[in-house]
Amino acid sequence: MSETKTREAKRGLDVKFWAGNQVVAQAAVAAGCNFFGGYPITPSSEIAQEMARLLPTVGGHFIQMEDELGAMAAVIGASLAGAKSMTATSGPGFSLKLENLGFGYMVEAPCVVVNVMRGGPSTGLPTHPAQADLMQARWGTHGDHPTIAIAPSFHQETYMETIRAFNLAEQFRMPVILLLDEVLGHLSEGVVPPKPGTFEIVDRVRFKGDPEKYTPYDVSEGDVPPFLGYFDGARWHTTGLNHDATGFPTTDPDLIEGEMERFYRKVLDNRSVIDKVEYFQGEDVEIGVVSFGSTARAAMVAIKQAREKGIKAGMLRPVTVWPFPKAQTYEFGRKCKALVVPEFNMGQMVYEVERAVHYDRPVKRVNKVGGVPITPAEILAAIEEVA
Amino acid sequence: MSFNYMPYMRDDTLPHMWCPGCGIGIVVKSMIRAFDELNWDTHDIAVVSGIGCTSRAPGYLNANTLHTTHGRALAFATGIKMHRSDKHVVVISGDGDASAIGGNHLIHAARRNIDITLIVNNNYIYGMTGGQYSPTTPLGTKASTAPYGNLEPPFDLAKLAVGAGASFVARGTVANGRQLTMFIKQGFAHKGFSFVEVVSNCHTQFGRRNKMADPMNMVKWIGDRAKPLKKFETMGPEEQAKYFPVGVLHEDTGRPEYTEKYQQLIAGLRESA
Repeated sequence: MSETKTREAKRGLDVKFWAGNQVVAQAAVAAGCNFFGGYPITPSSEIAQEMARLLPTVGGHFIQMEDELGAMAAVIGASLAGAKSMTATSGPGFSLKLENLGFGYMVEAPCVVVNVMRGGPSTGLPTHPAQADLMQARWGTHGDHPTIAIAPSFHQETYMETIRAFNLAEQFRMPVILLLDEVLGHLSEGVVPPKPGTFEIVDRVRFKGDPEKYTPYDVSEGDVPPFLGYFDGARWHTTGLNHDATGFPTTDPDLIEGEMERFYRKVLDNRSVIDKVEYFQGEDVEIGVVSFGSTARAAMVAIKQAREKGIKAGMLRPVTVWPFPKAQTYEFGRKCKALVVPEFNMGQMVYEVERAVHYDRPVKRVNKVGGVPITPAEILAAIEEVA
Repeated sequence: MSFNYMPYMRDDTLPHMWCPGCGIGIVVKSMIRAFDELNWDTHDIAVVSGIGCTSRAPGYLNANTLHTTHGRALAFATGIKMHRSDKHVVVISGDGDASAIGGNHLIHAARRNIDITLIVNNNYIYGMTGGQYSPTTPLGTKASTAPYGNLEPPFDLAKLAVGAGASFVARGTVANGRQLTMFIKQGFAHKGFSFVEVVSNCHTQFGRRNKMADPMNMVKWIGDRAKPLKKFETMGPEEQAKYFPVGVLHEDTGRPEYTEKYQQLIAGLRESA
């Protein structure tokens, strides 16, 4: 019945009606993911289920590991053997993965780690959403390291950002975190998967010299060391210990400091490709909303309603949440007389926003926990309060 | 001519960090001899480890080597083996690494029957961290965290591996390197999860606290308690309690190997597509 066709379908587009978790899995395979190690946890399990179904059909491998720690470990092991690998989890599982996530940063193993956030701490609210792992994504594992984390708001964006997560992981040889929440993971909406070949796929830079002369962390050509997988001819070593260019342990303070600075440079010197912010009614704005993920969807409704009431509200929405878009938030904040930061937690991103605007603008927090998402009315009330 | 180990080793990472007389050296030598007897090319071997003295072994081997986090070596190795099931994957681990913090991965790798060989250097103690008792420390013996004698009964690692489903389980000792080489070689050649327990000496941390500060005293103590399986089986329970069996304790060549089953799944899906 042609009446029921969506606009997209009428234009000949292949529209899928997918839940967010399914979008992540489908996009991962489209991005070239060929290894998934997982462990069941609500509300992320559908990603594992979809990967279990899809991967063997494309020659990839799925394994349900015995625990979250093992899943993260298997993902890094596969990555070092050359795979494009991913795992998916939720809060408690993300906590368990953190030690090995740190190992991934240390050995520079590209991989994607999805956290479909739920209420916490501890077991918290397994079937209800939250955005309370934002800071954990940045600072969860011990030790210093830069983080790339992406938090999409819409399914089409989730599809493209999942691909981008793989691309960034490959380009910079590091784990990339994809933050969803239970709302996005379980909400179904239309997605038009782009046709293969119409989007960019990045593969890690490979070492092209004589494998027998491979030095795994030789950065003479740039901050990202060229890669050779295990069994690709170079018998190389790596370790979670601080190591030198050869991959063997070192306690030389200068070498360690140099490596740490390089880790940070990989991210901070490449913000033009890593950063991503979206604006909604971002011009001619007096009350600036800064929000991410599913909460930003409610904020958009609130902003429309505020505009109808004559309040010039607009939004900056970090899509790449780590590194936090400090400069963009500063510029946006300067245009506003006050800021509103709705987030589905007790207040995490607000610290970054306050710092970004040099504590020079009133910042109104809108926080909620308890499993029921922030409503447009709650955000609108905050906008009206500071307007 | 004596056997030349150096083609299998990285001479630039030597000297090793183990104490003089440490049993791990014998384990590594046996591994190398087994590689050699099987004609395995080190380009095709990954050696993965966790944390501890034993886990430093991969750094000295000229293969594809990975020194991971405490207890997780088998999980990292599982990812490597899944992605490159055509290659050899070996894990070397200590008793604490493999059976305390890593115990879950041990039983599940065994259950899965994935084609990885796990060699556990069982020296009854956490050596690197200073002689704390491990899951294999004998009852009543002393450790830095058991100053009045260990109150916990130990694991029988080989039995644990058999119970969890390992399709090849052997136990050897550092008192008999030739025999140990044979068991490791059989483990490497076995298709499926193979487990080789090596009863080994840490005279520095276990021996010193238990009147065996000299390495040879501890090696002798190990050798004296090792009985070939056949002999062990003829003993009564009281006598058995004084010894442990060495040999191939379990072998099942009929169980399907995990990565092979997965490759068959991929091939089947391709055919039906």
